[in-house]
Amino acid sequence: MAGKAVLTGTYFMNGDEACCEGALAVGCRFFAGYPITPATEVAERMSWRLPEVGGIYIQMEDELASMAAILGASWGGVKAMTSTSGPGFSLMMENIGLGLCTETPCVVCNVQRAGPSTGLPTLVAQGDMMQARWGAHGHYEIIAIVPSSPQEMFDFTIRAFNLSEQYRLPVLIMADEVVGHMNERVVIPPADQIQVVSRKKPSVPPDQYRPYQPGPDGVAPMADFGDGYHMHVTGLTHDERGYPVMDAATQEQMINRIVSKIRDHAHQIISYDAIAMDDAEAAVVAYGISVRSARRAVAEARGRGIRAGLIKLNTVWPFPEEMIRDLAGRVRALVMPEINLGQMVRELERAAAGRCRVRLVPHAGGSIIRPGAIVQAVESALKEA
Amino acid sequence: MPARNEKEILITGFGGQGIVLTGSILGKAATLYDRRHATMTQSYGPEARGGSCSSQVIISEEEILFPYVEQPQVLICMSQEGYDKTKASLVPGGLLIWDTDLVTTRELEPSWTAYQIPATRFAEELGNKMMANIVMLGFLSAVSELVGVDSLRQAVQSSVPAKTRDTNAKAFERGREYGESLLKSRAKKDQGQEQA
Repeated sequence: MAGKAVLTGTYFMNGDEACCEGALAVGCRFFAGYPITPATEVAERMSWRLPEVGGIYIQMEDELASMAAILGASWGGVKAMTSTSGPGFSLMMENIGLGLCTETPCVVCNVQRAGPSTGLPTLVAQGDMMQARWGAHGHYEIIAIVPSSPQEMFDFTIRAFNLSEQYRLPVLIMADEVVGHMNERVVIPPADQIQVVSRKKPSVPPDQYRPYQPGPDGVAPMADFGDGYHMHVTGLTHDERGYPVMDAATQEQMINRIVSKIRDHAHQIISYDAIAMDDAEAAVVAYGISVRSARRAVAEARGRGIRAGLIKLNTVWPFPEEMIRDLAGRVRALVMPEINLGQMVRELERAAAGRCRVRLVPHAGGSIIRPGAIVQAVESALKEA
Repeated sequence: MPARNEKEILITGFGGQGIVLTGSILGKAATLYDRRHATMTQSYGPEARGGSCSSQVIISEEEILFPYVEQPQVLICMSQEGYDKTKASLVPGGLLIWDTDLVTTRELEPSWTAYQIPATRFAEELGNKMMANIVMLGFLSAVSELVGVDSLRQAVQSSVPAKTRDTNAKAFERGREYGESLLKSRAKKDQGQEQA
């Protein structure tokens, strides 16, 4: 253990590296993964940084095993993560479902590239947003956060771990090739300025412990394997003791628990920034790397006297429905740039519920969106609205 | 259209030449040592080596919103393919630099400031052609004012493997000296023309 977990200082570093440093700073000590462009640099840095701080790095045989390994590590009491891109994200889906069903805290970083299939391995897209929401089978709620810079790759990875520990579930970092590969200034604060949340431990004696009995916040305390508590972990529908019970009543109780713990705290989980919104007639609603296109577009639009503002989403799941509904009643148009042909815009339309015009600025992938395309969409939406 | 006050630099070559590292060092010099703002993005194909590759750097006094280079003011070419593909993007009045032995330029836009340097040959003379990118950075430090020369020196030193620091420092100075002498001979030539 020669290295420091928190590399306090200022760096010119890429987003993948910043993600790794954020994870280490918040206490991640296990990484299992399989290298894939454009996420390889997360694994590569983890492979030498984790041993420096007493952690474990394993290069697995594939992404199914990677996801399974981090769930196991988490049950062993360690903060764990993996990183991947589209093809690997597809392979991880089954075990992400297992993590949701067994309420296992962990973090998955998807540095998105253009798909489907092998697609454009080295080029950007935001095409996995609905896969993030619904890629595992069955009904559940998920948390997905969306960084737009290397600095946010550091900051939001910390938040991803904290949310996963607080709510006991896999949290998804939906990054993309440009955020992952772009170098920019990254400031790593002193260790005592980093907020670290860790899972609640049981406060009752082992004979009274039920690993899925929620506390007042809807989340069950979690013992580590080896702590002396009786643990049973299964992907079958289980009761509060963790034992399989094959009936509708237990299913209802379990699904309600994994859904409610997120829905009931949605207002604490959801994060966004409003930029130049005070007098805005049109709001560009953007996430991830498209925030950068949108920020330039809003600046250009303002320069031409168009009253445009920006809602920068820091989390996309759970979707900020109430905020959008309210916003749709105050502006004449909502414009969403995304590097797919229409995914999150469906949520935007649903939440806006016809109260204002909603426009998509689509891109099939391979490049980030030109600001001019967003300015044009804002202009034409305002003309028609 | 680049935002006001933004300098856009495009570096092109092929995989294995250290093109991305070159952009990273430039951005690092601006960010950490000049204390300005910089972004570096990269573009490459699925091949590990030999494929076409580029790095794009933006340097600014202000926060950089959009990180793609659209109309570079500086274009550095270390492969023929890189030059052929990107030369049309260089702005009128832009600075063009290429590796003499790797790129043939033919006709140049008259408004461009154009320089060539046998960077790869110099690096080979110093014992490792892998340092051609560092020779190029030394040259860039002489013929442009994108970043402070000491900032660039520091960024090189903190970016290369420890055991190669001395040779990389030599490579940098080789490129810089070549650039300074080229500027001097051009100045003399211009003076000569004025007198005539």
